[in-house]
Amino acid sequence: MNKNNLRLYLSAALLGLAAFAWQSCSSPAEQAGGLPYLGERQLVQREVDGQQVTDTVYHRIPDFAFINQDSQVVTSLTVQDKVYVTDFFFTTCPTICPKMKSQMLRIYEAFEDDPRVMLLSHTIDPKHDTVAVLRDYADRLQVNSDKWQFVTGEKDSIYSIALQYMVSAMEDEEEPGGFVHSGAFVLVDQNRHVRGIYDGTDPVQIDRLLRDIPTLLPKKKKKDAGKN
Amino acid sequence: MLVKTKFLLYTAGIAALLTLTRCFYSDKQNEGEQLYTQYCANCHMDDGSGLRNLIPPLAGADYLENHRDDLACIIQHGQTGNIVVNGKNYNQGMPGFEHLSKGQITNILNYVQTNFGNKNPRFSIQEVEKQLFKCRHLLEH
Repeated sequence: MNKNNLRLYLSAALLGLAAFAWQSCSSPAEQAGGLPYLGERQLVQREVDGQQVTDTVYHRIPDFAFINQDSQVVTSLTVQDKVYVTDFFFTTCPTICPKMKSQMLRIYEAFEDDPRVMLLSHTIDPKHDTVAVLRDYADRLQVNSDKWQFVTGEKDSIYSIALQYMVSAMEDEEEPGGFVHSGAFVLVDQNRHVRGIYDGTDPVQIDRLLRDIPTLLPKKKKKDAGKN
Repeated sequence: MLVKTKFLLYTAGIAALLTLTRCFYSDKQNEGEQLYTQYCANCHMDDGSGLRNLIPPLAGADYLENHRDDLACIIQHGQTGNIVVNGKNYNQGMPGFEHLSKGQITNILNYVQTNFGNKNPRFSIQEVEKQLFKCRHLLEH
């Protein structure tokens, strides 16, 4: 029994170590207590006062334009200077979406009164999920469209922006509901850099997301935002 | 290199052990819970609370009592259209699970009827069989 316990502790410790190692590998050193910049980066040479300087250009979400549940246009300007969490779903999804939405509601509730944080859910089934369908969905979730935008648009634009967020989303007749998509929540900062990707069906990862969001917000108001 | 291989082997061992433990754990008694987690919890949530006004709760749902005779068919064939649960309207379709056997449906029903604070009478496999007989025409062949 004791031997078993010891083995168990040892295994736990080893797994922990592995997780830690993985974590440190996936978070580059530049974070210095902050969140990493995810995605491809480019090194750009430029000249300052006759000296060669190398800048790192991080992956940035390109401009976009979609339509939300109020028929309003949502663009990159809508999320300007905001930290936002985004995901991809469809309203008739018979699998992971409701769980994702229940976790998204936790974020909604935690930052309901903080205008610096927004939520952006893209439908990957624009054919079915019209503005009216999204309106009904948002109403039934009892959420405010200023805080949580449900957007639809051209299928191709949605699928290509999903790639920019590093989220998989595509049609697949074999899948329940007709689409394959990941349950990822993507955390994006004020400059549209991706700063974290979380499993939107896992409450533990969403706990971490809830802790990570305040670290992206300007310090002076951190107390308010971090209360949850 | 050797250390790495050893570590890998060790990790694989732990994974195998964990998988095995799971197998032993899955005896008949909690088949209902497992099936619930697999087929129902994504929408109705692990605690049967549902999702706001989108997906009806199972916890404390009057529907389970008022529509007791329909429950097996709803699990097997799904449901569309508006339903009223505890006075609230819900209109999100529910997918059916045609491949589930009457035994599996019985276990799911009994899990739902006796968890989340529910204390409804259990189902016998005969009762479920009788209900499924009513909706057998919906089965795809």
